[in-house]
Amino acid sequence: MAAIRLEALTKTYATPRGDVRAVERVSLSVGDGQICVLLGPSGCGKTTTLRMINRLVTPSSGKVFIGGHDTDAADPVELRRTIGYVIQQIGLFPNMTVAGNIGVVPRLLGWSTERTRARAEELLAMLAMEPKDFIDRYPGELSGGQAQRVGVARALAADPPVLLMDEPFGALDPVNRETIQDEFLRMQHALKKTVIFVSHDIDEAVKLADSIAIFRSGRLEQYAEPDHLLAQPANEFVASFVGSDRTLKRLRLIRAADVMARASGNLDATAPTVRASEDLRRVATLFLEHGADSLACVDERGELVGYVTRAALAERLGSARR
Amino acid sequence: METLAFIVNNLPIIGERALEHLSIVGVAVGVAIITGVPTGIAISQSQRTADTVLYLGSIVMTIPSIALFGILIPILSKIGQGIGYLPAVIAAMLYAQLPIIRNTYTAIRNVDPALRSAAIGMGMSTAQRLARVELPIALPVIIAGVRVAVVINIGVTAIAAYIGAGGLGTFISRGISQTDVRQLVTGALALGLLAIAADYALLGLQRHLTPKGLRARRDA
Amino acid sequence: MKGVALPRRSLMPYATLGLIALALLWALVSSGMWSDILRYKKDIVYLTRQHLVLVAVSGSLAIACGLGIGIWLSRPWMARYAQAAIQAVNMVTAIPTLGKLALMMSLLGIGPLPAIVGLWIATLLPIIRNTYEGIRAVPAHLVDAARGMGLARGQILRRVELPNALFVIFAGVRTAMAVNVGTAPIAFLIGGGGLGELIFTGIDLQETGMMLAGAIPTALLAVIVDFLFGQAQYWLVPRGVNPLRNA
Repeated sequence: MAAIRLEALTKTYATPRGDVRAVERVSLSVGDGQICVLLGPSGCGKTTTLRMINRLVTPSSGKVFIGGHDTDAADPVELRRTIGYVIQQIGLFPNMTVAGNIGVVPRLLGWSTERTRARAEELLAMLAMEPKDFIDRYPGELSGGQAQRVGVARALAADPPVLLMDEPFGALDPVNRETIQDEFLRMQHALKKTVIFVSHDIDEAVKLADSIAIFRSGRLEQYAEPDHLLAQPANEFVASFVGSDRTLKRLRLIRAADVMARASGNLDATAPTVRASEDLRRVATLFLEHGADSLACVDERGELVGYVTRAALAERLGSARR
Repeated sequence: METLAFIVNNLPIIGERALEHLSIVGVAVGVAIITGVPTGIAISQSQRTADTVLYLGSIVMTIPSIALFGILIPILSKIGQGIGYLPAVIAAMLYAQLPIIRNTYTAIRNVDPALRSAAIGMGMSTAQRLARVELPIALPVIIAGVRVAVVINIGVTAIAAYIGAGGLGTFISRGISQTDVRQLVTGALALGLLAIAADYALLGLQRHLTPKGLRARRDA
Repeated sequence: MKGVALPRRSLMPYATLGLIALALLWALVSSGMWSDILRYKKDIVYLTRQHLVLVAVSGSLAIACGLGIGIWLSRPWMARYAQAAIQAVNMVTAIPTLGKLALMMSLLGIGPLPAIVGLWIATLLPIIRNTYEGIRAVPAHLVDAARGMGLARGQILRRVELPNALFVIFAGVRTAMAVNVGTAPIAFLIGGGGLGELIFTGIDLQETGMMLAGAIPTALLAVIVDFLFGQAQYWLVPRGVNPLRNA
């Protein structure tokens, strides 16, 4: 069990101009195996909050519970060895090979050389990097995308239940970023780590998160599932942060199967069809391209399973009911 | 202390020797700049030449200064200039070469290639490019090289006292042969102060000549 | 894609040096100077040993202390004092070695001890500076990543900061040691012995052969020491942080 709970977490810095509240009484819970994205503009306190979880920053007050245990009680250095940590600049140590980098925490925990190397090979394979080619390379010999993957592998090396990621894909170009986000989701599906992920990109958050926490000036403005956040922003700030195209953003989160009315029988050959597993972006595109009032939904074999009507779509997008 | 009294009583001599010292260093560094900067610019155009020149220069630096004097004396004796001023200046000039050449070379190489392309693209000739873009940016690093050269030369000239060139080193050489602590300390202090003052003065010059836009970094 | 292979190290510099050395050797032999020099063979051997002792003792102590002090100054809690300390180091570095030896003599008299102490100070300072600056130049986000992963302070120093600073530190040690060998002749002046005896006496007596008998071995020693430390730098610094090794 590696659920994370933050209780009234606060960080105050004393400056010559008075106290600055970087993080103010933030409370939230992240379920085991879930991805929570901390989202907000620069300087809103999201990174500081993240760094209080692995105690790189000491909280001024408040508590952090991981798997039910108060992290206050643990030695910070020992604590960090049980938490994976990925930063934006990647931070691979240039003096060590890929194997050396991935093996840092396992070696600290006393793993044998063979076990460490095997683990490195396993992780590289999981991240679609041929182990033979990469394991003895140095970070200077890797491209940006490869380095980022090794950074993730390094964080996962000792199989920690929790992963903290601070804008980990920020340094990549948009194409690479898309690819690595998809890979990350696939990996998360298999590994089910509890992840806290800092981002300033609403699209990234919507794509990856099970829950999103929006920050402004140290305060938590709203904490909700992506669809709920987009459908019902709590205030002006959140609404403008998620963007005026928030309804469009919701399209990728909902599948055709979620809004169709079940039906079966013969398929009208001329009617536009959409697979039930596709998301509403495809549904919306078809509605825009054709004048029809409804679309037929089919399953993988092409058999009719239901109909999606414009009305049903509007009803679904006009609310946040699941 | 006795030394203090000694210093006070001998200020004119100290001043005279200091001037001798500075004249040797000044001439040596001056000539070294005139020969070194163009050399540095020239080798910046070819990696292979640069490697050779810099390597040979660093070998020259490993020759003990007293040995270099020793080699120059018989050669210069042939024209009756064996002892004193000339071998000291020539040796000092040789030691000043490498820091200046190397820093000029490095400074020019480190000019952002984008700037070079922009200058060429704007239609500047090589001479204009060097004069208006590359040298002004390279200047602080070149001055840093001159600084290193001056400090080295102050040390080399101190040893030149042993071949009759005068300068502040004479206090030390006499102090040793006469076991006179006062002269030893005077010489050491004078040399130290001269070197530190020169270093700081040139650091000030270096900072002053750094184009405002480049001034953010702390220099060495 | 990073990781471009560097061109093979050019042999030109070494070839040119070799040619010049041969030319000089020929000049020496044909002018009869060579046989003059060889007259001092026994002295050369004896004094070289003395010279090496001076260099080895002052050098190894300088490396040990220089590294230690440099690391100490680079620690975060020393940040306030480090700037001032480095300023002081810079100032003392500027003082000519002859001056430093003179001060040593006024404090410790003549003999090997003041000579070694004086050389130790002269060699120590560049090492302190390079160690300090090399460690400070390690990117902060590497240290942050290391902390975040659960490395303790000492482990961060040993596994991240030092390896990444090693190239610069080595460069400093190499330069300092070459300078040490080259300025050790002055140690003779305050009774420290070494090849300086042949050089200074040769000048005094206007015996070029004697002077060269001291000067040539000194220069050769300096080149050898620089070469050895250069090799150490090449082989001991990990490939990932060693620009000389195609990384």
